[in-house]
Amino acid sequence: MQQFLNVTLGGLAQGAIYAAFALALVLIWRATRIINFAQGAMAMFTTYLALVLIESGQSYWTGFAVALAGGLVLGALVERVVMRPVEGGPELNAVIVTLGLFVALQALAAILFGATFQSFPAPFGLRGFTVGGTTIAFTPFSVFVIGSVVVVMLGLVALFRFTDLGLRMRASAFSQEVARLLGVRVGRMLTLGWAFAAVVGSLAGLLIAGGNLVHPAYMDAVIVYGFVAAVLGGLESPAGAVAGGLIIGLALSYVSGYLGSELVTLAALAILVAVLLVRPHGLFSRVAERRV
Amino acid sequence: MAEAELEVRALTARYGAVTALDTVSLRARPGEITAVLGANGAGKTTLLRAVSGLVRGSDGSVLLGGRELAGAPAERIARAGVAHVPEGRGVITELTVEENLRLGELLGTTRRKRRRVHRLDGVYEMFPALGQRRRREANSLSGGERQMLVIGRALLSEPEVLLLDEPSLGLAPRVVAQIFTLIRELVDREGLTVLLVEQNARSALSIADTGFVLNLGRVVANDSAAALAADAELRHSYLGF
Ligand SMILES: Nc1ncnc2c1ncn2[C@@H]1O[C@H](COP(=O)(O)OP(=O)(O)OP(=O)(O)O)[C@@H](O)[C@H]1O
Ligand SMILES: [Mg+2]
Repeated sequence: MQQFLNVTLGGLAQGAIYAAFALALVLIWRATRIINFAQGAMAMFTTYLALVLIESGQSYWTGFAVALAGGLVLGALVERVVMRPVEGGPELNAVIVTLGLFVALQALAAILFGATFQSFPAPFGLRGFTVGGTTIAFTPFSVFVIGSVVVVMLGLVALFRFTDLGLRMRASAFSQEVARLLGVRVGRMLTLGWAFAAVVGSLAGLLIAGGNLVHPAYMDAVIVYGFVAAVLGGLESPAGAVAGGLIIGLALSYVSGYLGSELVTLAALAILVAVLLVRPHGLFSRVAERRV
Repeated sequence: MAEAELEVRALTARYGAVTALDTVSLRARPGEITAVLGANGAGKTTLLRAVSGLVRGSDGSVLLGGRELAGAPAERIARAGVAHVPEGRGVITELTVEENLRLGELLGTTRRKRRRVHRLDGVYEMFPALGQRRRREANSLSGGERQMLVIGRALLSEPEVLLLDEPSLGLAPRVVAQIFTLIRELVDREGLTVLLVEQNARSALSIADTGFVLNLGRVVANDSAAALAADAELRHSYLGF
């Protein structure tokens, strides 16, 4: 029972991070039909920005804020400079460009920040809370992880549901042509979409890094888990991405807790294949949702 | 009040080797409905898409109240006051009815800071069916309701020019008659400039003031609506009634 609780709580905290990462993928997929394979590398890069600041004596929070702002700028830049020329072209071109960006950012990070493991601080304690005399696998930092992911998600919901900007962004994502005819500056909305997605991705990068070691490839596994979560959620739906993230977090935590941590990656792959075979439109898709 | 003439001069558009529009010139006056008729593939949709900036790289000139629009991106042309209701209607089905209308309203607000003619409530009054479904996904609307939605949305954008691409497509004759009557009323009341593309030449000419007939991307006839409707030869060759 004790172990089950620990494994579940640990899975939820991890799942929240995968959810954030999957959400970043979904935001971009919805708007541009591109899977941003560079999402993890972008998050890694901005997390290193935070680390550089923190090591130079700035507070964790300064680093945190700069990393998120850096994500905003990096996302916008990537869309404007790198993706814009291939948007609307053959899908494979965009995929290859994001893969190229992924490799380039990792190489650049290795040059700028070094290819070694460096420890990244956490702003809150990493020792589990004590409940009834036993220590559980839920730490003050886990609370921060879940809390910050929830805040970001509520922020995105508010943006998309209740603001004019959010409405314009959704219109651009669903139908670029109609949005244009309604005077929406679609190019600008796509740039903003990438920027917001990169902020969410950067958050995931910071949260994964907290209390852990970072190196230029530390996000690689998260890309896989985040992608599985996004597919699980159907790739279209932000809510699905969040649910998918939590499910993956829990599932992998159970696998790791009961079967052995070496099986985690394999399990993620098995889940992905199973979903693609059984419910290719995700666990939550309504049947025949997209009739054309 | 909307008082802008739309003038198209020697507009030419190609899709690869296909010339879909060949030096088309036409004029649509405020307070009038100008019908654009012709068989399938005549170039009617391409004409509207070239005017509204969806077809890029066309040659020629598109003037709105004397201002050159050719070459501008679609969003700028929309902001200049051209509302294009595309073929197949252009409802964003993933958004709710009200969100679709809000998009028109947002454009209207950026276009006219102070004086607005159309309001959301007015559109719901005009089309009660939409009011009842305002929170539903537009996906759930019938064909006629979708047509109402896009016309309402276009009106909320406070346009000078309304480009309608086959608004009668797939609608029951009674609904078509309703929508055509409504368009006529709007034009008379507000002095809108309307370019009405139709397969259904007989009904279009019954509400239009003037008309152009396209064939293989060229203007083959241009006259008052009554004269076009009375021309048996033309009706037989190009209009199918
Ligand atoms: N995207 C496209 N790519 C290539 N050719 C096209 C494209 N769209 C239209 N055409 C061609 O251009 C010509 C004019 O087409 P257009 O759609 O403007 O005709 P239309 O008068 O609107 O016809 P309909 O009454 O069937 O809607 C046709 O020969 C058509 O095949
Ligand atoms: Mg057409």
